[in-house]
Amino acid sequence: MTGLQLANLDDFLARRWEDVVELALQHLAAVAISLALATAIGVLIGLLVWDRPVPRSVSLTAAGIAITIPSLALLALLSPVLGLGWAPTIVSLVFYSLLPIVRNTVVGLREVPGHLVESARGMGMTPAAVLLRIQLPLAWPVIVTGIRVAAQLTVGIAAIAAYVAGPGLGVYIFRGLSSLGSVNALNFALTGTLCVVLLALLIDGAFVLITRYSTPRGLRA
Amino acid sequence: MPDPTAGVGIELSDVTKRYPGQEHGAVEDFSLRVEPGELLMFVGPSGCGKTTTMKMINRIIEPTSGSITIDGEDVLSLDPNELRRHIGYVIQQIGLFPHMTIAENIATVPKLLGWSKARVADRVDELLRTVALDPGVFAHRYPKQLSGGQQQRVGVARALAADPPVMLMDEPFGATDPITRLRLQEEFRRLQADIGKTIIFVTHDFDEAVRLGDRIAVLSERSRIEQCDTPANILADPANEYVAGFIGRGAGLMRLALIPIGEVPLEAPDDSSAALGVQDSLRDALDLLVLTGGQRVNVTDESGSVAGSLTHAGISAALGAPRLPTGTAP
Repeated sequence: MTGLQLANLDDFLARRWEDVVELALQHLAAVAISLALATAIGVLIGLLVWDRPVPRSVSLTAAGIAITIPSLALLALLSPVLGLGWAPTIVSLVFYSLLPIVRNTVVGLREVPGHLVESARGMGMTPAAVLLRIQLPLAWPVIVTGIRVAAQLTVGIAAIAAYVAGPGLGVYIFRGLSSLGSVNALNFALTGTLCVVLLALLIDGAFVLITRYSTPRGLRA
Repeated sequence: MPDPTAGVGIELSDVTKRYPGQEHGAVEDFSLRVEPGELLMFVGPSGCGKTTTMKMINRIIEPTSGSITIDGEDVLSLDPNELRRHIGYVIQQIGLFPHMTIAENIATVPKLLGWSKARVADRVDELLRTVALDPGVFAHRYPKQLSGGQQQRVGVARALAADPPVMLMDEPFGATDPITRLRLQEEFRRLQADIGKTIIFVTHDFDEAVRLGDRIAVLSERSRIEQCDTPANILADPANEYVAGFIGRGAGLMRLALIPIGEVPLEAPDDSSAALGVQDSLRDALDLLVLTGGQRVNVTDESGSVAGSLTHAGISAALGAPRLPTGTAP
């Protein structure tokens, strides 16, 4: 039985590859948009709290707790407010991305050696200039690592978004799961799953390049 | 007319730094005047408050009370960032920015002051040459590609970038190996002879203080000034036990190193001994006497002709030691 259905996978893909590419691109778009938003918000939160012990532990703890909320539950909670489709998808992905990004921003900024900050202040840089021109560039490799972790996390979670009629490859996975026993059930689920894994690998590969080229030359190993 | 970039006077009056919850201040009632163009050394053990005192001048640490003026201007009334752009600052860890090239590092303050690109580029080249680094080779390197000694030179060049009248240096050569340190000190001494900045230089190394300082302030707990005088005077006449203890052994040799042979009376030469020049120090003369085992060492003047000779007794006399009649030792 399995043999028969896998033999059909070729045929299945041949008939639907345009559809698959479309879903994969949606999936990628959802992840990319969420990461961009989460990076902007997360780095900003990190910049605001890294040097203040109480806000820092509050935000890291909050983000830590947030990430334990099951994604299905979060989507179910969001959809009455935000409806279906892209909105709850993006919001939930941003939500899950924040922890690694905020945490790595805080860690990265804290790891900048104190004498470099003192040196910059001693030359008359304003606190904002010290933050933007010294601390942030030096913390950047650590922050990018946080974004990369967030990317891996959200590629997987984005598949669940199909539950609220969201975009992406989850559509195939859910279609397969909801039609178990039908001819193409396994093809749908398998195609969706494999494409998610493939996408995750591609994105991770992209991050190797992003990390390399966005790291200031003097800091590269 | 004074050179606008040469040093200016610094005056600290009753400067105190007290941290909350501490019984004693880290620095208490510190008063001192630094003359224009003077290289003043703060020497003292770790934790005596010497660095804290220095960092209050550029307000990296804000004084709790007291006043600090540079060239008559009250630093506490100035914008701290603007103030710091006109004070060169070198720290022990050097603090070169690893993500910027050497040229970008040196250009930091000139850029903050809004210099034109061409002026900044010229200045970077000039400074790299001043600290004996070829701009063609080093300008576009990153700090990690330089040796410790080279990084330290760049640190000094960066502090000099906008030609500040005042420099604060916190154990700038402390992290380098002894040989590099000696070379950096020698270069720095020559540099200072040219540029004549007003410099406060913090160190815990008394030898370094003697080698570089115009005056030395020997500090104890809470930045108390035990003695502030020229190296020669401190070595010859330590104010108290604390200063004497800090100098440790070898004060005589350190003093000899400060006195050129040309400053002491010479005796008649003898034809068999080795020779030194008048610009060499008495320490060099003693060294040669010990090495050769001879009675005296000949001294030649600038033209190279023999001007006289020195004996052990003559060298001792220069330190004010009682001069023993030659040849009557028991």
